[in-house]
Amino acid sequence: MEILMSIVAGLLVAAAVYLILSKSLLRIIIGTALLSHGVHLMLFTMGGLQKGAAPLLGLKAESYTDPLPQALILTAIVIAFGVTSFFLVVAYRAYQELGTDNVEEMRGQDADD
Amino acid sequence: MSLLHFAIISPFIVALFIPLFYKLFRSIHTGWFVLILPVVLFGYFISFVPLVRENQIVSETYEWMPSFGLNFIAYVDGLGLLFALLITGIGSLVVLYSIYYLDKVKEKLHNFYVYLLMFMGAMLGVVLSDNLLTMYMFWEFTSISSFLLIGYWYHRERSRYGAQKSMLITVFGGLSMLGGIVLLQIIAGTASIQGLIEQRAVISEHEFFLPAMILILLGAFTKSAQFPFHIWLPDAMEAPTPVSAYLHSATMVKAGIYLVARLSPVFAESSVWLWTVALFGITTLFWGSFNAVKQTDLKGILAFSTISQLGMIMSMLGIGAAALHSDAVSDQLFMVATIAAIFHLINHATFKGALFMMVGIVDHETGTRDIRKLGGLMTIMPITFTIAMIGSFSMAGLPPFNGFLSKEMFFTAMISVFDMNFYNLNSIGVLFPIVAWVGSIFTFVYSMILVFKTFMGPLQEEKLDKKPHEAPFGMLISPIILISLVVVIGFFPNILTYNIIEPAVASILPTILEPGDRIISKITFWHGPTLELFMTIAVVIIGVLLYRLWPKWKGIYAIFSEKWTFNRLYDHGVISMERGAYSLTSSYMTGSIRSYLVYIFLFMIIALGGTMWMENAFTVDTSENAPIRIYEVFVIAAMLVATVITIMAKSRLTAVISLGVVGYLVSLLFVLFQAPDLALTQLVVETVSTALFLVVFYHLPPMQRHEKTIGFKLTNAIIAGLVGLMTALIGISASSTKLFSSISQYHIDNVYTEGAGKNMVNVILVDFRGFDTLFEVCVLGIAAVGIYAMIRLRLSKGESS
Repeated sequence: MEILMSIVAGLLVAAAVYLILSKSLLRIIIGTALLSHGVHLMLFTMGGLQKGAAPLLGLKAESYTDPLPQALILTAIVIAFGVTSFFLVVAYRAYQELGTDNVEEMRGQDADD
Repeated sequence: MSLLHFAIISPFIVALFIPLFYKLFRSIHTGWFVLILPVVLFGYFISFVPLVRENQIVSETYEWMPSFGLNFIAYVDGLGLLFALLITGIGSLVVLYSIYYLDKVKEKLHNFYVYLLMFMGAMLGVVLSDNLLTMYMFWEFTSISSFLLIGYWYHRERSRYGAQKSMLITVFGGLSMLGGIVLLQIIAGTASIQGLIEQRAVISEHEFFLPAMILILLGAFTKSAQFPFHIWLPDAMEAPTPVSAYLHSATMVKAGIYLVARLSPVFAESSVWLWTVALFGITTLFWGSFNAVKQTDLKGILAFSTISQLGMIMSMLGIGAAALHSDAVSDQLFMVATIAAIFHLINHATFKGALFMMVGIVDHETGTRDIRKLGGLMTIMPITFTIAMIGSFSMAGLPPFNGFLSKEMFFTAMISVFDMNFYNLNSIGVLFPIVAWVGSIFTFVYSMILVFKTFMGPLQEEKLDKKPHEAPFGMLISPIILISLVVVIGFFPNILTYNIIEPAVASILPTILEPGDRIISKITFWHGPTLELFMTIAVVIIGVLLYRLWPKWKGIYAIFSEKWTFNRLYDHGVISMERGAYSLTSSYMTGSIRSYLVYIFLFMIIALGGTMWMENAFTVDTSENAPIRIYEVFVIAAMLVATVITIMAKSRLTAVISLGVVGYLVSLLFVLFQAPDLALTQLVVETVSTALFLVVFYHLPPMQRHEKTIGFKLTNAIIAGLVGLMTALIGISASSTKLFSSISQYHIDNVYTEGAGKNMVNVILVDFRGFDTLFEVCVLGIAAVGIYAMIRLRLSKGESS
């Protein structure tokens, strides 16, 4: 299972990188969202899969899944959400101001202009 | 800090007060205040002469940075004292001359004298420091103050060019020298010159010997304008004439000579030193004198003449180093080169200083330095003419002036290579006297041009800006003093030998003297009909012929096309370096985000892939793996389909929704892998983000594919594929290599007893690792405030700038 999950994470990252390398700002944002999914899955896989019950002591199970990676991922999800939403609003404002979502056209002007 | 240290840094201290004097006493020329200092210092250093004559050495240590073993050791011996006397003596005369040369009202005198005093202090520090690192500090001070002085008239383009050029070249050499000093310190464990001389045997055996020697020589050659680093000196002539007279003839350009003389005992064990110093010196002598002839600017002639004479001194130091070699029989004959070098050093400082001042007077009184416009000034400026004549004849090596004596000794030294039957000197070394002799002929020619083209012939008054007249007396004092020295030393050379030259030679060649022994140098006018005398006679005859026939043979200078001069090489080098750096930067700094991302991802692929490949790090171990279940496979397959749709989507809505699908499937995976909190959070977050995408739906641009070419897509696909491959490979290897078990058992065991909770993930988030959560909350808060500001804050372009 871990090998399969690693490959899935790799594929998500590949898709994300492909989108990030494109010229459209919206595609780049979608790429970052996919990238965070890939990273979360990778984190989860590295903690080890299927060791036992959900990490709730009330289940009184023999063994539990590792709670630490879950806590880390929870933090990461929230941060990725904050960053993605901010980025989305930046893209929206950039489109409003500049009238383009092509990053190739969004170049800094030369100092003498 | 002793009086000696105080004397060395006193010019810096006085320089601090110069602007004050300048502001307070506007009616008095600031130079008068400055003049006191070098005169006092000169008197102070004269008081060392009786001590040094008895071969006693004054050494005072001031602990500067004791933890680094870096002490400021002031060290006065024959060589240092000779230079200190030159610096303060000629310094006094130059200050006196500048008082009459620079206008009190028009010039920014406070700048001038601050720079000049800075230079004087730096130069004293160079010649009186025993520690090479301290010396290096002062060495760079001379470069900086020289830069400031050359660019003194900074509104002129040529001045700025000359200042920049001299700065680049001398600082290049200075930094090389620092490298050499550090190497020497590594070898010997000390930066003290006397310490190095004691360990010369260790140094000459060490593998760093040759690099250290080359680096140190680079410093000396650039500073002393040796071939091919001489190119900065003619351009430094844009400086005010007192500066040219002081820095670029008498003192700073001799710092390299000083360094070579000072370190001769350390390096002279090796024949490379002897050959390099002598060959570069003799090349410089020839090239400088050859080029001086074609100059039309008086200061240009003097600049090339200085280059040539410095080469002459350098070559004599090289030959003189033979005396230090252990194979050489200790003979007065080999020492004559060193004696001649020191003697000529003094002579050159006197006559070249006087000649520069003379040129300054001509410039000041006629408004030009161009020899094509000058002529016939002999009767108008008789005193200046006398100075020019004596100086030039001494430079040409004519009796009865001091230049004649040093020229004779120079020939003697060059002929002495015949008697040196080591290092192949008696075979290839034959070139030395011949080149020296040819160089002397050119020296004779330009000396004659200097004096006769300026003062003889018809007066071309219509070409001159001013009506020529004799200079004021104050301006003539300094050159008259210097020129009298030329004559006095010419007639009575031995007043110098006993007091100055012998101790100086003793400090250059310290190892060949027995204790209590003295170097005996007797300079005589008439030493019989020797080879040297006939060489001088031939120089005069051929020189006169060449001078007479100058229009007939000046065509040979056309052979040396302007394209191949070292100046062109330098200019092109500087320009192409700038262009190269610019085009290199603009070739990869494209301004496109995509290129930078490509660099980042490529670097990631290469670094990670390379490390994995080299370390043979890829491992697969499935023993610990969880079994693959059918539910997960279905979810994963669906997720991959949704991902592909996201990539390929034509419409924005499809892309946003399929991205949402991926997120929901991820949360489903979390459910399957027993992570309820994650599943909940992921579900909510995905819903909110999708909603956010949809909220700004109408404001977002339509989904666009800007990329046009298939090549662009292919590159992206390859890079993306490789990054994904790296991620997967590292993931597989990492999950296959579990080095130690997780610390989670502690959390599981103590979640209720210590944290009073049963949900382990939540207890970790708020109890065991609560700090993470605190700052995650901060992140969210900042994002919220940022979004609010982005939307609400609308500064127009005018307001924002």
